[in-house]
Amino acid sequence: MVGNVHLYDIDNIDTDRIIPGKYTKTLDMSSFADHCLEDLDPNFRNKVQQGDILVGGWNFGCGSSREQAPIALKVSGISVIIARSFSRIFYRNAINIGLPILEIPEHNISNGTRLQIELESGKVVDGDTEYSSTPLPQVMIEILNEGGLAPYLKKHKTYKL
Amino acid sequence: MGQTITEKILSAHAGHDVKAGELAIVDVDGAMASDTTAPLALKAFEEMGGSSPWDSTKTIFVIDHASPAPNERIANLHKQMREFAKRTHSILYDEGSGICHQIMVEEEHVKPGQLVIGADSHTVTYGALGAFSTGVGSTDLAGIMLTGKTWLKVPESIQIILNGKPNPGITAKDIILEIVGQIGLNGATYKSLEYSGTTLDTLSLGDRMTIANMAVEMGGKAGIFETTGLELPYDFEPVLPDSDAEYSQSITIDVSAIRPKIAKPHSPDNICDIDEVIGTKIDMAFIGTCTNGRLEDLQLAASIMKGKQLAPNIRMLITPASRNILNQAMADGTMNILSEAGATFIPAGCGPCVGTHLGVPGNDDVILSTANRNFPGRMGNPNSDVYLASPAVVAASALTGVITDPEESN
Repeated sequence: MVGNVHLYDIDNIDTDRIIPGKYTKTLDMSSFADHCLEDLDPNFRNKVQQGDILVGGWNFGCGSSREQAPIALKVSGISVIIARSFSRIFYRNAINIGLPILEIPEHNISNGTRLQIELESGKVVDGDTEYSSTPLPQVMIEILNEGGLAPYLKKHKTYKL
Repeated sequence: MGQTITEKILSAHAGHDVKAGELAIVDVDGAMASDTTAPLALKAFEEMGGSSPWDSTKTIFVIDHASPAPNERIANLHKQMREFAKRTHSILYDEGSGICHQIMVEEEHVKPGQLVIGADSHTVTYGALGAFSTGVGSTDLAGIMLTGKTWLKVPESIQIILNGKPNPGITAKDIILEIVGQIGLNGATYKSLEYSGTTLDTLSLGDRMTIANMAVEMGGKAGIFETTGLELPYDFEPVLPDSDAEYSQSITIDVSAIRPKIAKPHSPDNICDIDEVIGTKIDMAFIGTCTNGRLEDLQLAASIMKGKQLAPNIRMLITPASRNILNQAMADGTMNILSEAGATFIPAGCGPCVGTHLGVPGNDDVILSTANRNFPGRMGNPNSDVYLASPAVVAASALTGVITDPEESN
């Protein structure tokens, strides 16, 4: 897959900044796109296009357990999140809703770059540079392949490591 | 090789010995969701083909995050939770009952040695009891409701040895702010924090909850106390690590050297001694939350504010962490003292901490709060500054209108 980068190489972008708590209490998921990242970049909602890639810094998604955070990025059009590292709950939540997530600790990815991503191998191609992401455990690859934890459990009824 | 507390509890729930770094499927002793996370969990549960939770006596819902409902949309989400709980005979604590984490401990839905998962990041609070508890998102919680199990990576543990006795005016909140300052927002990511040391003999259950609560502010998966010195109204097996357990890191803290601590805007690890910010003007004081809304916190504030009045132009909000605490504070006169001083009581729940309603700050307001987070916009307005402190510091500062050392004000 191919997508354009929105770079926010800032550490500790927390879930309150991804989707403020005051907007989370609804099942109308599409409404999150109106407020996603608004306290960090009020223009994000106007800039983001379907299939774009978000690139963050260290400890991306720290703070609350709200699954509304990766959902907000997904409904905004983000197809893959890359960060130097992720908070553990956000990491699980993204995979559980079927949003691919790649951890690349060291990179020089620039804003607006067009990246080529091979999800199966976790390889990211940025012009002449190639990055390898931290491999996902097998159970997460299978959850992602099923489109998220709900379809995975509907099919398998239990977890397989 | 010996086991950490984390490895012991996860081994017992995996049905075989596991060690740090391994993946395991574990049995869960309790599953909890709040009104922020339950509606989405119920939707995912339905998508998984679920009808009733694996064990309705271990499935707990709490209406606390936006409670009582501020608008019809949220009122209808609450209604959906009530209807699901009624149909499936799950346990539901309705508005005004209190904050989910306080209720889980008070109502004994979690006990030492158990493994409890909640769809709220501050589920780590139950580590106070020597339980392994951690937060997940809504879909993971739905998976537990369906199977009674979850999968996880057995975390490495950081040993935190607390030695010595805190000085007068120093509380569990100052201890945990010191720890968060040392470890940082990302320093315990994917790890368990395990607390031991001579200070444990002086730490109440409430103190331990305050400290365990903020494990997630260091990225921690859990923050677990040995049960040494813990008193509970029921019998329990002690929870201790093996003496030859292996830790990724060991930190010893001399509690007697700790000054009152403040987390400055806009991060819980932006810690300083109070001396650096004494005299900073505040507009609002807030005592409450799952970190510091217990009876002892309210009593501490009342001991400082008795017979006095809030400084001019200061607002003060107080949310007891549960109805039980509210009732005790009414019975022992604590509430009278605080209300007569000018504080406003908010129903037991999460209140202003999560920025939904009941105390959203205005632009440029400076808030001194006993909460656990001060990220930008956390209290509902990104154009406000939130400082975090102990209930003693918040109470003393509410009387002066500026950040004040409670010992100096005595």
